[in-house]
Amino acid sequence: MLAYTVRRLLMLIPVLFGMTLIVFFMIRAIPGDPAQVILGQQATEEAIKSLTKQLGLDQPWYLQYVDYIKNLFTGDLGTSLRTSSDISGEIWPYLAATLELSLVAMVIAIFIGVNAGIISAWYQNSWFDYTAMVLALIGVSMPVFWLGLMEQWAFSLELGWLPSTGRENVRNPVEAITHLYLIDTLIQGRMDQFGEVIKHLILPGIALGTIPMAIIARMTRSSMLEVMRSDFVRTARAKGTRMFWVVYKHSLKNAFIPVLTVIGLQMGLLLGGAILTETIFGWPGIGRYIYDAINFRDYPVIQSGILIVAVIFVFINLIVDLLYAAIDPRIKYN
Amino acid sequence: MAEIAPQKQVNVSKQPDEEVISPWREAWKGFRRNKLAMVGMGIVLFFILLAIFAGVIAPEGINEQKLSERLQSPSASHWFGTDDFGRDILSRIIYGARISLWVGFFAVLGSAAVGSLLGMVAGYYGRLVDTIISRIFDIMLAFPSILLAIAVVAVLGPSLRNALIAIAIINIPNFGRLVRSRVLSVKQEEYVMAARAVGMKDSRIIFHHVLPNSLAPIIVQGTLAIATAILEAAALSFLGLGAQAPQPEWGKMLADSRSYIIQAPWTVFFPGLAIMLTVLGFNLLGDGLRDALDPKMKK
Repeated sequence: MLAYTVRRLLMLIPVLFGMTLIVFFMIRAIPGDPAQVILGQQATEEAIKSLTKQLGLDQPWYLQYVDYIKNLFTGDLGTSLRTSSDISGEIWPYLAATLELSLVAMVIAIFIGVNAGIISAWYQNSWFDYTAMVLALIGVSMPVFWLGLMEQWAFSLELGWLPSTGRENVRNPVEAITHLYLIDTLIQGRMDQFGEVIKHLILPGIALGTIPMAIIARMTRSSMLEVMRSDFVRTARAKGTRMFWVVYKHSLKNAFIPVLTVIGLQMGLLLGGAILTETIFGWPGIGRYIYDAINFRDYPVIQSGILIVAVIFVFINLIVDLLYAAIDPRIKYN
Repeated sequence: MAEIAPQKQVNVSKQPDEEVISPWREAWKGFRRNKLAMVGMGIVLFFILLAIFAGVIAPEGINEQKLSERLQSPSASHWFGTDDFGRDILSRIIYGARISLWVGFFAVLGSAAVGSLLGMVAGYYGRLVDTIISRIFDIMLAFPSILLAIAVVAVLGPSLRNALIAIAIINIPNFGRLVRSRVLSVKQEEYVMAARAVGMKDSRIIFHHVLPNSLAPIIVQGTLAIATAILEAAALSFLGLGAQAPQPEWGKMLADSRSYIIQAPWTVFFPGLAIMLTVLGFNLLGDGLRDALDPKMKK
């Protein structure tokens, strides 16, 4: 297991370098003079020159790349053209907001998806099975931004049950410590704010979690159907084990591996999908940060934002790979 | 045909009723029995017809503005209501089918062509070529796809054409990996070894033996990829990175109507419904094709 972990980590190195290359060349791939494009038509000669220098575009690309990598290793993600501040200094609150939202979306998706999949498999061909699977099919095809807008319209604007934008009650702002508001409010014992934060998380969490929920439900169902036909499940039932344990202990444990793969993959897609959900719900996360940067042609922020999300994605996949071995001792890595 | 028939009967004399059918026809028979797949095909055909005959079907033009009829709710004269410029939403959705199908189809065609070619080269030649191409695929797949698309559009500039290019690029590794793995298995087949033994050229082996035998999974993947591509194109347009006003692209229509959601929810509802139905159609069709064409991939 240790050898596998080390080898898997070593394999990451070329991928991570490749990712920095792609992100690095983004700005250089802009057709025309990047500094001119960033500053617009009215820019003065001097402004263009100074930006070219600031971005290091006046040097040969390999020197720029070496500098870029050096800076990355020292935790320097560049300077935002819009706010003129260090990206590494200002990125965490955005990242925390996205992580909180993604984790909540994933919890919703796993809880509903796995259970719906199990019930569908257990009562195969029942009305529940059909309804759940038709809903799952629709869920897979759902444009997240549309679902988000419809949720916002129905539950917030029409019914007034839940807040439509933001992540906190602006009149009762959360004092940020970790910037993960669920944790911050708990540490401070502010249960009123904790409730507010939860309320703000529900609509975007559901919107973001819908596609993974549908995919997880379908995967769980097919995986459970396979496992429930196996001998050990029949044995467990013959021994008189209670149905609940047969399903949740014996079957689920064995059916969970393909589901776990899907969950890992979806977590990455979720980080990408967050950009849409965050735009709709005014969620101050990394997606929104990148989106605003695009409108301001703030390329250093676009580059670093994308790189950070991609690096997180890569590490999630790593964790999922390592989890297989932990869950299923039959898997041997040589 | 009449002359061949007796001969055929001799060959299969024990079972005269049994018909010799091609794998494609057998797949079609399986496909026809799959109700969901037929529903998917129906939806897809419906939208294709809408796109082709938009000029005939649509009650009004794309940009016919009647400011006196702004934000009218659905009625007999405007089935899906009107938007903030007084344009008929139904007509715009019908024309929008052209854009979405066009982007979906050509983006996937592009990525399938480039991806298949790279996959074939990697799988057939192996060694260093394979290592390089496969690593590039790994790196591309390491990015969440929509982010990579956003990055490409951020570089090229926002437009529908650039969104199409971005979607084509991000889907290349999916086809590349698929075809590469097919090539690796087909390469071991006896008929390919035989072809090589008789001195057939590599390019001929690839295009006459390897490619035809990889076609079924490419078609399946392609159909499902169109669904994703349409969704991604709508998402990019929604973010303002794809289609630009006044193009009747569904995602763009949604984005433009957002601020009227309280007064006129139908302006947001119908374009989104159109996206969802089209994507659903391609997903169902793709699932059905997979079950019919590739029994091994069946879940």
